[in-house]
Amino acid sequence: MAILVVAEHDGARLKPGFLNTITAAKKIGGDIVALVVGHQSSAAAEAVAKVDGVSKVLHADAAMYAQPTAENITALVLTLAKDYSHIVAAATGFGKNFMPRVAAMLDVAQVSDISDVVSADTFVRPIYAGNALATVQSKDPVKVVTVRIASFDVVADSGGSASIESIGAGPETDLSSVQSQELTKSARPELTAARVIVSGGRGMGNGENFKILEALADKLNAAVGASRAAVDSGFVPNDYQVGQTGKIVAPELYIAVGISGAIQHLAGMKDSKVIVAINKDAEAPIFQVSNYWIVDDLFKVVPEFTSQLG
Amino acid sequence: MKVLVGVKRVVDANIKVRVKSDGSGVDTANVKMAMNPFCEIAVEQAVRMKEAGTVTEIVAVSVGAAQCQETLRTALAMGADRAILVETDQEVQPLAVAKVIKALCDKEKPGLVIMGKQAIDDDCNQTGQMLAALLGWPQACFVSKIEVNGDTAQITREIDGGLEKLSSKMPLVMTTDLRLNEPRYVTLPNIMKAKKKPLENVKPADLGVDVAPRLATLKVAEPPQRTAGVKVDDVAALVNKLKNEARVI
Ligand SMILES: Cc1cc2nc3c(=O)[nH]c(=O)nc-3n(C[C@H](O)[C@H](O)[C@H](O)COP(=O)(O)OP(=O)(O)OC[C@H]3O[C@@H](n4cnc5c(N)ncnc54)[C@H](O)[C@@H]3O)c2cc1C
Ligand SMILES: Nc1ncnc2c1ncn2[C@@H]1O[C@H](COP(=O)(O)O)[C@@H](O)[C@H]1O
Repeated sequence: MAILVVAEHDGARLKPGFLNTITAAKKIGGDIVALVVGHQSSAAAEAVAKVDGVSKVLHADAAMYAQPTAENITALVLTLAKDYSHIVAAATGFGKNFMPRVAAMLDVAQVSDISDVVSADTFVRPIYAGNALATVQSKDPVKVVTVRIASFDVVADSGGSASIESIGAGPETDLSSVQSQELTKSARPELTAARVIVSGGRGMGNGENFKILEALADKLNAAVGASRAAVDSGFVPNDYQVGQTGKIVAPELYIAVGISGAIQHLAGMKDSKVIVAINKDAEAPIFQVSNYWIVDDLFKVVPEFTSQLG
Repeated sequence: MKVLVGVKRVVDANIKVRVKSDGSGVDTANVKMAMNPFCEIAVEQAVRMKEAGTVTEIVAVSVGAAQCQETLRTALAMGADRAILVETDQEVQPLAVAKVIKALCDKEKPGLVIMGKQAIDDDCNQTGQMLAALLGWPQACFVSKIEVNGDTAQITREIDGGLEKLSSKMPLVMTTDLRLNEPRYVTLPNIMKAKKKPLENVKPADLGVDVAPRLATLKVAEPPQRTAGVKVDDVAALVNKLKNEARVI
């Protein structure tokens, strides 16, 4: 059995989810081959080769993969698929985009967003916003699986010494092309990799007020997240959204500020180790999943919190 | 241009489902059902494109039990022109839905298919991508903006780090994200009008599609519950707890 894991990177560095995805692949069991698709991406291929558990790196480097489309990544993965029992990627925006396309072309189901591996063909996945956990068995010859990164630990990103094999580019389709990306710039850790997250909701009132959360986040070396309401209201960019239909996170510490705790928000953060909520409504549902909470005005509590952290 | 929209009937987004005690699934008996919210955004998008003159006809499609007719009537009340129910009592998984809609596309020849990015019951986030693959069409997923000009489309889609601008050929399969639009409420006169719009009923076998599930659900369990927490009186107490009890700061 061999498992093909498609790596996500920015040309130079690996995206955090890859290290969690390898843990899931190890649990499935078998030789782990990583695919690095990119342009001028040798640094990424070398980084993948050092990851614990990876036995071989396939490196497809071509100009068409500078900002690859789902169509082109799929075409490449399909040229390799026959050698593998499993094709695996993180259930991030990247993986969710092309993996179902791969599955459909192979005429197999995709097992989305697994939170545990029971055996090589049986997986646990959350359904209904995480209010139920389904154990599903795939009868297909190839298992196409995406991994919920918040549910798996990371493997070491050093110590491995996999060989790197250059492979040619796959077929190029001209169905679509990426024109540009507008990426949110931040010096803070990425949401899905942060040890601490400070999230704001509608209670923040406006985008300007997020500055008080940023000050708190800086003290804690935390990432900043948000509820859907805060994103829809334009307080912060879309990539801040935590929840059923945003990012799923499970940091050591999650601080929810001015967030009521709707089912869809809880779905994205209730597996955090410690949850703190600050809300002026004594009945806020977020308290039901919180370890500690303060019932008070956030505009009073947050600055005080920041200053007490010294 | 004709548009086909996939609409799924799901448990209402405000309801917290319960797992059945025998572990066979979640209890959906006597639970309020509704159109999947991302499908509402999909229908709204189609209707706005029709209002803007880019779209000439909107066909809403649902695959599932007879009750999906209600969901299709909602789509018709929002502004779809006609509806197709592909009726089956079997559990239909994303690959099967994609195959069914592919077969309908072969007949209907739409220039655009709009689907939700995710059904809030199975949380699969697959069907649109699978359909695009089966059709051999480009895909634009998690779309927050789209402009169609003849045989190309300019798309803005939500990605993990922010936004991506994509240029795509038509025909296209797109999936909706939350920021694409805010769906309209259906009005009583439109509900009345929707009753007279055509709703066709076909079976998967009529389309030559095998919808047998590929994944077997072995069991469904409750997620682990969190242990009860405590209210703290002030920031000093909170900082103390986080430092000395939880040891996370
Ligand atoms: C299909 C679908 C998908 C969704 N996906 C997501 C998702 O991925 N993530 C997500 O978060 N939501 C999602 N939602 C939305 C979700 O249902 C809620 O509407 C949303 O989470 C509410 O955000 P909120 O808690 O910030 O706002 P509200 O519910 O309005 O809560 C604001 C809170 O702030 C408190 N507050 C106000 N002022 C202050 C103050 N000065 N001091 C202290 N507290 C204050 C209030 O007491 C209140 O509890 C989704 C909904 C649907 C239908
Ligand atoms: N049974 C169905 N009938 C019609 N459309 C569906 C069905 N299942 C899924 N879809 C479409 O596919 C989208 C994504 O669903 P999923 O891949 O299950 O998360 C939905 O928002 C619908 O647009």
